Formats: sequence, structure tokens, C-alpha cells
Amino acid sequence: MSEQRKAAALISGGLDSMLAAKVIIEQGVHVEGINFFTGFCVEGHTHAIRERDRAKPKRNNSLWVAEQLGIKLHIVDVIEEYKDVLINPKHGYGSNMNPCLDCKIFMVNKAKQWIQENGFDFIITGEVIGQRPMSQRKQTMPIIARESGADDLLLRPLCARNLPETLPEREGWVDRAKLFGFSGRSRKPQMELAQQFGFVDYAQPAGGCCFLTDESYSAKLVDLWQNRGTKDYELDDVMLLKVGRHIRPKSNFKVIVAREEGESRFLEGYKKEFTSLISSSHSGPLALIDGEPTDEDLALAGRIIARYGQGRDAEQVDILVRSQKGLEQTIQVAPFAPEQIAEEWFV
Amino acid sequence: MSRETLNARRLLCPLPVIRTQDRVKRMAAGEQLEVICTDPGVMQDIPAWCRINGHAVLETKTEDGEYIIVLEVGE
Repeated sequence: MSEQRKAAALISGGLDSMLAAKVIIEQGVHVEGINFFTGFCVEGHTHAIRERDRAKPKRNNSLWVAEQLGIKLHIVDVIEEYKDVLINPKHGYGSNMNPCLDCKIFMVNKAKQWIQENGFDFIITGEVIGQRPMSQRKQTMPIIARESGADDLLLRPLCARNLPETLPEREGWVDRAKLFGFSGRSRKPQMELAQQFGFVDYAQPAGGCCFLTDESYSAKLVDLWQNRGTKDYELDDVMLLKVGRHIRPKSNFKVIVAREEGESRFLEGYKKEFTSLISSSHSGPLALIDGEPTDEDLALAGRIIARYGQGRDAEQVDILVRSQKGLEQTIQVAPFAPEQIAEEWFV
Repeated sequence: MSRETLNARRLLCPLPVIRTQDRVKRMAAGEQLEVICTDPGVMQDIPAWCRINGHAVLETKTEDGEYIIVLEVGE
């Protein structure tokens, strides 16, 4: 009896990677999943923050997919290494700050390292030619294979028949005739295959699996880099860009105002890293100050957050300002009227 | 029975799962791990991770806004 071959499948939590893994499992290959966590994954943390999202089912789709497929899933933290991909993408950005092609090359490269360390034979992805405008094109498929170093160890079961044979096909580890030749943006072939496999419930992320494809998120990231004067970030920055209203009245600071109770609770956790403001005379949201504000700036920030609290119509509101070191002072401010907060301040 | 504790407070999913996974790798079958978290998403994610990787969830509870999961490392 021939040796059972082993494949590592990149599992995003979406339908395509689920199908690709299933196609190879059906051929008798031992498959385990890998999911890379960059910090920007939609599958991540947002559902934990907002109060209104707490009632929604909180499932991580990559874990769910692995469970449906009956395979192990290895979630790999690549937050630090991913910085270089995002900050210096060799192939540039997509329509927003999404470095899709470099990201795919990076992940396949990490998968190559993983299979070498864990004694696996090849890598599977759910890529389909023409499915995505930047990374999944006929021209980019060989670039990903080559620049990741995976070369012909990279098998794309959903579109393999449109591509040259890979090692697993040449060696007979998988039967090319049982792979697919999907191409284009249509989801119909995938949905039909899902039906054949009996998959009725699967995630259909609208904007892909990454916050960097989101226009509003990308604008906040660019603003952060521009105003800090350096293209760098920490995981806390990544998290905070997803939370609250970001209002930048001046280049030296911005105000992050919680939009509801859940966000206020989340921002509470950052009071030792940022100056925080909250109304002490009326109920209202917590806000953090990112930057180096002067006393005058703090008063301006106070007027902004007073506008979002119960004291918005009062003549004067008390604002408790707390420094990172815990020093507290109370300032009195007149809340801004909505029209006094310039539209261009909103990031 | 030896039991270790993992502090995963303030981490948002999937980081508590990743930290759990990395700790379990260094533990032996039969040992127990108590994971303490503040992200409610762990109540779904850590049990799911345990199911697919062959570990047993012994207990899940919520105490003072914290989510605590006790698991036993599988073979």
C-alpha cells in the first residue's frame, strides 16, 4: 500500500479554501489546515467589542470550517512578520491598503516553511484564476508560486486544470482529472460544488477576509502613518482603528470617541497607554487621545466629546482628563454644536 | 493532576486560541490548562479548537466578566 501523502491547506474560513481542502481530502490525502493571523483578519476580534454585536453568534469561521472538514487547524500568529508585508509591499497595494499579492506570497512562503518543519508534502490554496482583481489572476499565479518558494508544491485544486501540472499531480499523489478548472468572478461553480459536498452553511465574506480591503479602515491607517510621520504600527493600533469615531482636529493629536457602551469598556483597557477623557457631570462616552496634545488641545477634545454625551445641550460640561500615569484634572468646556465639528476632522 | 493557568485577558480572538494552542504544545497528555479571558468569543472558539485537535473541555464558566475554560490535553 502506498504511503499516505500529507497536505497543508490554507484555510481562511471562506468557501473556496473549504472546497479546495475537501477536494484533496476526497482523494485520500491527509489534510491539516493552517490559518495565519495578521492582526487585520476579519475573522478576528471585532465581535468582542461592540455591545450590539454581543448577541450575534460568535464563530470563528476558520475553526468552523476545520470542524466541518474533520481536520486539525493550526492558527499561526504572524503579526510581527506581517508588518513588513504591509509597510513595504513589493507589488504595491490594491484599491485600498491591501497588499494582496505580497500577502499571498508571504502566506504561501510561511506554509512552505510549515510543511518542511512538520513533514508534509504539499500546500493547497482555494485560489481561483480571475476571482480577485489583484492576487488571483492568471499572471499572478506563477508569481505567487515562484516568489513564495513553494514552486510546484503549491496546488490550487479549484483551478488546477487551467495551470501547469504540479508535483503532487505528476507524482500521482492526486488525480488531476478529479481537480477543477474554475475561472472568473462567478461564484456559481463553487456553489454547485458546495452542494455536491453537502455544504449548506458557509461564510460569504463580502469584502474578502481582511480589514485592509475596507476603504474606511484604510483611510484611518493612512492617517495614522501620515500624522505620526512613520509607516509603522503595533497591534494596539490595529485594534483601535476598528473602534469608535476617529476625529483629528489637528495634526498633533486625534480623539477616539466610543460610540457605545461596549466600545467604552474596550477603550477602558487602554487608559494606561493613552490620555483619556470622560464627562464627570453628565453621562457620556469615554475617549482616548492619540498624540501629544497641549492643554488647549485637551480643551478642544473635551468640547468634542461633550457633544456626544448627555450634556450636549448644557452650557458647560465637566470633563475628567486622566493622564497615562493616572494624574487627573477636571476641565470645564462648552460642548460643540454638531456643525462646529468640521467634516474634515472625521478620519 | 497538574494544572497550569494561562492569562489571556484583554486579548481578542483568535489570540486567546493561539496562546492556548502554543501552551498546549508544551504540555503532556492528561495535563489540564485553565484559560482566563475577557473576550466572550472564546466560549465558542476554544471549545471548537479543542474538538478539532482532540482535547477535552472540562469546564466553562463566567465569573466577574471573565470567561474561564478548563481543558485537558489530549493524546
